[in-house]
Amino acid sequence: MTSQQAHDSHLETAAAEPHVHHGNYVRIWVILVVLLVASVLGPMLGHPIVTLVTAFGIAIVKAYLVAKNFMHINVAPRFVGYLVATCLLFMLLFFAGTAPDVMRLEGTRWEKPGWIEANRSHEAGSRAATGH
Amino acid sequence: MSARPIATTRSAAGMPTGRLAVWWVIASEIVIFGGLLGSYVMFRLGHDAFADQAAHTNTWIGAFNTFVLLTSSLFAVLGHKAADAGDGRRAARMLYLTAAGGMIFLTAKAFEWTTEIQHGFTISAHTFWSFYYTAAGLHALHVVAGIVIMLIVAAQARKNLELQRVELIGLYWHFVDVVWIFLFPLLYIAK
Amino acid sequence: MAESIPVAPSPARAHDHEHPAEPGFIRKYLLSTDHKVIGLQYMFTGMAMALLGGFLAYVFRMQLAFPGIDVPLFGVVSPNEYNSLITNHGAIMIFWVAMPVLIAAFGNYLIPLMIGADDMAFPRLNRLSYQLFLVSALVLLASFFVEGGAFGGAWTMYPPLSASSEFNQTPLGTTLFICAVALEFVAFLMGGINFVTTTMNSRAPGMRMYDIPMVVWMIVLASILFMASVGPLVAGAVMLLFDHTLGTAFFDPQRGGDPILWQHLFWFFGHPEVYVVLLPAVGIVAEIITVFARKKLFAYKTVLYTAFGTGVLSFTVWAHHQFIAGIDPRMANVFTITTLLISVPIAEMMFVYIATLYGGSIQLATPMLWALAFIAEFLIGGVTGIFLGASGSDIYLHDTYFVLAHFHYTFFPIAIIGSFAAISYWYPKMFGRMLNETLGKIHFWGTVIPFNTIFIPLFVLGAAGEHRRIWDFAQFPELASEPLRNLDKVATVSLVIMLAFQAVFLFNFFWSLRRGQKAGKNPWHANTLEWTTESPPPHGNWKQMPTVYRGPYEYSVPGRDADFWPQNEPA
Repeated sequence: MTSQQAHDSHLETAAAEPHVHHGNYVRIWVILVVLLVASVLGPMLGHPIVTLVTAFGIAIVKAYLVAKNFMHINVAPRFVGYLVATCLLFMLLFFAGTAPDVMRLEGTRWEKPGWIEANRSHEAGSRAATGH
Repeated sequence: MSARPIATTRSAAGMPTGRLAVWWVIASEIVIFGGLLGSYVMFRLGHDAFADQAAHTNTWIGAFNTFVLLTSSLFAVLGHKAADAGDGRRAARMLYLTAAGGMIFLTAKAFEWTTEIQHGFTISAHTFWSFYYTAAGLHALHVVAGIVIMLIVAAQARKNLELQRVELIGLYWHFVDVVWIFLFPLLYIAK
Repeated sequence: MAESIPVAPSPARAHDHEHPAEPGFIRKYLLSTDHKVIGLQYMFTGMAMALLGGFLAYVFRMQLAFPGIDVPLFGVVSPNEYNSLITNHGAIMIFWVAMPVLIAAFGNYLIPLMIGADDMAFPRLNRLSYQLFLVSALVLLASFFVEGGAFGGAWTMYPPLSASSEFNQTPLGTTLFICAVALEFVAFLMGGINFVTTTMNSRAPGMRMYDIPMVVWMIVLASILFMASVGPLVAGAVMLLFDHTLGTAFFDPQRGGDPILWQHLFWFFGHPEVYVVLLPAVGIVAEIITVFARKKLFAYKTVLYTAFGTGVLSFTVWAHHQFIAGIDPRMANVFTITTLLISVPIAEMMFVYIATLYGGSIQLATPMLWALAFIAEFLIGGVTGIFLGASGSDIYLHDTYFVLAHFHYTFFPIAIIGSFAAISYWYPKMFGRMLNETLGKIHFWGTVIPFNTIFIPLFVLGAAGEHRRIWDFAQFPELASEPLRNLDKVATVSLVIMLAFQAVFLFNFFWSLRRGQKAGKNPWHANTLEWTTESPPPHGNWKQMPTVYRGPYEYSVPGRDADFWPQNEPA
């Protein structure tokens, strides 16, 4: 993230930056909207794997399209990509270190009465639903 | 405008200072939203009962808002294109359209929240709703800030002043859009 | 230093030079966008808060040593007041002393001067960050005067104490405390982005990556660490505020929340925060020991990469604060290993500094004394951390005075010794006059000796099982034995002595402003760019912006008459 290359030729004005290439933005927008429709329709099939792929897989693709085509992250100096990737990586790290405690209902000398209670009524509810 | 120090005009890292700073802002925002959404995902995966509440969100309004934000992002990047071509008036017009998108988004959200609160799904009703309002509220706060900045930048761009700022506010707006792209499946779709 | 490339002044700058109209006091000192003024604002605010933090420490230490005493200047300390005192002492010393002085004050003052720029990249953003910081300090101070008093749930703000006024009994104080901390984060985020952008983009022509002085690198790395770690806590602070004011249940296990989540959110920031304040101090020490040993910094790149490594590793150790919170035992193993690992890069830095000193022509001027004291005292802090990083021994030592003594042996060298080192070293540049050496040495010994006699007894007390956050040990007969109570008295008396010696510093500081010996441009014969301009530097820093030709640590180069070689001097 701090691997900025110190060029010996320092630009004294910011305007000397070469312009990014402006592509066909409307085409990208159409793709994004089609993806949005797919992400809404996919979960209606009711299959959990399809839901996961259409909801979150498409979200990642959409985010990538926006970052690449609208934010021009691929034209920016390479450290920008590293910076964003590092921040995302730190969030994964946070998740990995925290989830083993937070995702559990009980641990060493503690339990979460709120979650246990909620799960009990949830199971009772779904049993009642299948019973009918 | 005020005089810029020499420090502002240098770009030893190969990128104009303003754009560099916006990327750092985006990086710092990633961890703010990352911490909040990460916590939400832990709660969500931690117990099945959490999903029961998610069933009450309105997918259609969420999808409509996604569409609105995507479209406003398109206008933002068209504004950037116009600014690069030196057409300040067109850039300003595009920014006004972007800001209008943000306001439609907020209006839809206001209706959505009013309905939900009337049905008893208040922020303290359940941890799902706490996360729902906190995450979407934090995002909406960014939308509001973006609209305000956008109107200021547009007012300058209309006079062909500070055209580089059109791109900078666009960058921020796209980031706000990306956050919503993830909030939408998290809060609305995965039921 | 004669040759500098001429910079064509922009029309607006030329305008400034034509009309040197003297701005009024408010415009010059309160609304200035000049990085030097803002740096000094941060420094003076930090120093004022340090005095307050020291006073709070004095009050609760008096209560601990002499329970029930009518503390002079305060009165009798009630249990709730005791909690407020320790909470705010911790928060003030970290958020309103260590960070503003080490990062914001010296970052603002030094970064543009050391990289050869005329100001920060965003001067007005810089001013806004100070103003927000000032507001955050005022909000915190206000919390002492509201109904119920200031927050007393420890600076870590663990729920449920912090999440419900039913438990903390300070309904307004808690809200203000959370708001103050959140505002402070925002101020430092803005300041940090400014530091990073300035250093990346605004360097003088010719200054390559490895020509950047170490202290600038360290402040920038600290800003990046802060930025990357504070995000989850910003979100967490909002959640906690909602829990406390709106009745949500993010951290309430009875109603579907999880208090351990807060601990993770907090320490994911809280541990990198240690390195956020450590790195600038390490950088300050690097500048000082090279100048006063007249030697090149041993292994510049190693120090730099070690700092990178420390930064990354510091994100993997946070849960060692939670070993007894009931976290997953398998994760405790992982965090023990990473915690012990992080002592490697820090030890490496210490060795590099000792290697820099080896064979140098050491001058024991006051800044050098502080720098050497930093190395010695921080070493003790680091070594005692090993006991706490290992989950086995931590389970016994957790929340005792051993922990407290350990982190004071890290934070005191960082925040206090590091700041005094920097102030005594850069004072001539800031104010154009030298500090008095004799008074400086009296102050140095009067601070460092009592510091050790405060905290060495606390190690013993902690190992004997004395628990933190206890108002009066008379309630715990097995801890109220005569020898242990006497150790507490030793610590308190030492603290009073140490605080008294700060008067010497304040006298020296203000007396030297007018009466000190004139410093000239470069009193220490140092290489870095800030010493090539006037003391104090004018607005815009240089009449002709400098160009850089070499690294910052070219001291005692063979074949040269002078034993230093300024960075801007052409070969």
